[in-house]
Amino acid sequence: MVELEGTKLSEKEIETLPGVIYYKPFTRYKFTAGYAVSVFLEGLKRGKIVGSICRRCGRVYVPPRSYCEYCLKPTDEFIELPDRGEISTAVISYISAKRGRLEKPEFVGVIRLETPGYREGSYEFAGLFHKICGITEEDVKTGKAIGMKVKARWRPPEERAGSILDIECFEPIGGGED
Amino acid sequence: MTTKPRVAVIGMGYSGFQPTTPHASFREMMFEAALKAYSIAGIDDPRSQVDAFISCQEDYWDGIAIADEFAPEPIGGVLRPTFTVSGDGLQGVAQGVMLLKTGYFDVITVESHAKPSDIVDLGKIYEMALDPIYVRPTAPKTAVPHYIAALDAVAYMDSRESGEEDFAEVAAKNRNNGLTNPLASYAANVSIDEILESEHVAYPLTMYDISQPVDAALVAVLASDTAVDRLGAWDRAVWIDGIGYNTETYIPERHVYGTMPSIRRSALTAYGEAGITNPLSQLDFAEVDDRYSFMELLSLEEALLGEDSIELLRRGDTYPEGKFPVNASGGSLATGAPFEATGLMRLYYAYMKLLSMQEGRGLVVSWRGPPTYTSAAAVLSYYGGGEE
Ligand SMILES: [Zn+2]
Repeated sequence: MVELEGTKLSEKEIETLPGVIYYKPFTRYKFTAGYAVSVFLEGLKRGKIVGSICRRCGRVYVPPRSYCEYCLKPTDEFIELPDRGEISTAVISYISAKRGRLEKPEFVGVIRLETPGYREGSYEFAGLFHKICGITEEDVKTGKAIGMKVKARWRPPEERAGSILDIECFEPIGGGED
Repeated sequence: MTTKPRVAVIGMGYSGFQPTTPHASFREMMFEAALKAYSIAGIDDPRSQVDAFISCQEDYWDGIAIADEFAPEPIGGVLRPTFTVSGDGLQGVAQGVMLLKTGYFDVITVESHAKPSDIVDLGKIYEMALDPIYVRPTAPKTAVPHYIAALDAVAYMDSRESGEEDFAEVAAKNRNNGLTNPLASYAANVSIDEILESEHVAYPLTMYDISQPVDAALVAVLASDTAVDRLGAWDRAVWIDGIGYNTETYIPERHVYGTMPSIRRSALTAYGEAGITNPLSQLDFAEVDDRYSFMELLSLEEALLGEDSIELLRRGDTYPEGKFPVNASGGSLATGAPFEATGLMRLYYAYMKLLSMQEGRGLVVSWRGPPTYTSAAAVLSYYGGGEE
């Protein structure tokens, strides 16, 4: 690292400079999940992944939607999906929210869930955005991660809160390194 | 010179109008409002029949940054031209009118929604709307900036032969008007005396003088005259004869208190387009801003509806059975103020009122509420089920 010349100001000194006004927003919300997503969250508590399907275009929504955004009509029914699928795409994130370097990088991706009973090509795949664990940086960099079979790692039933984090992450079937 | 297309509202839909709506997300509310509007408009496939979509919203209300991205999906706008207006729904309607006037568009959807029940600290959101350097530190730490509106109310009282009893009369009129409106969650059988005896929230305003937030989504479908013909929508076409909008200033000490110049200029634009020279005699009714009771009086004066709106009120002209009904729906005082959807709510009542009249012309005025000095106004008309 190159040592730059000059006098470094402390965070405190910068804050007290005239012309700089520090302000910390205080905002709290209690978001309404709504009809369809509430069904999804209740499902997670029971260890189930629930989606909804639009029979007109065949799209499967996970989390479920009460309407199809492409057909602009209500979706037709809730369907239960297995907690398995394959990685459709994945990324390794090295940077924290404060732009510092993470000690341990985070893996997130989109899981293409299995939709048994629906013929390939007769539906749009059900993708779920989630954390991925048990894969390596190498897996992502070499493309080996794409298409990898994964399964949900559930929190123990007594710890589930009806939250997307009731699934800790998706991990390779047959175990991987963590 | 080619004639510019004329523009009509051919359908409107709503969802909510309740203080809380725990059964639906704001997106589900938008969807419900959109389906109703399309159904009335006779649009079978909004995905192909609507040329552009406009959503009027603010990130902080939704609690989502870049909330624009959430706009297209519930109203049919996915992979279709969609944009947002960070302002009142009536400002969005003005954008839609301008697009339709170009002749390149035939059908446009305008949406706005509010879900104040999702917000825990509403006052803190309002605080974010104030100048961060020299207004936030000095502003009263009250929940909602009623004090900003009260500054106008005090100045208004001072400049007119007006007092709290006039504000109370507006509040009583509108809260009682709402008793016949199934969407009016805040309607009340309340008397002028009861209002005068209640405590002030910010002098001279009592809780009855102040509208409450309400959850609602509204959608309006706008169409050019060609599209009205094509869709056979003459029976449900309410024409927008003129529309205007503008902002005065965000600087509280520079606003001219006791006046609302943004309403005056918006109304003048709308009247100019509509060819209105004597508003009180050329219009049949008005749905004007009443987020605060005194704002109804001020809105009427700024929209040039008579020299003295207090006189109109005292004569009984602005009551539902009077010569010039104002906020017969109950206004925001009875139905609540759904943030940026408030203007579309005014439009909705005017639309329904005009459809129920054989022929008529009405005015809609929307102010964006404190701490803004932004307003919009529109002149609407209906003349029945066929080409005139
Ligand atoms: Zn569909």
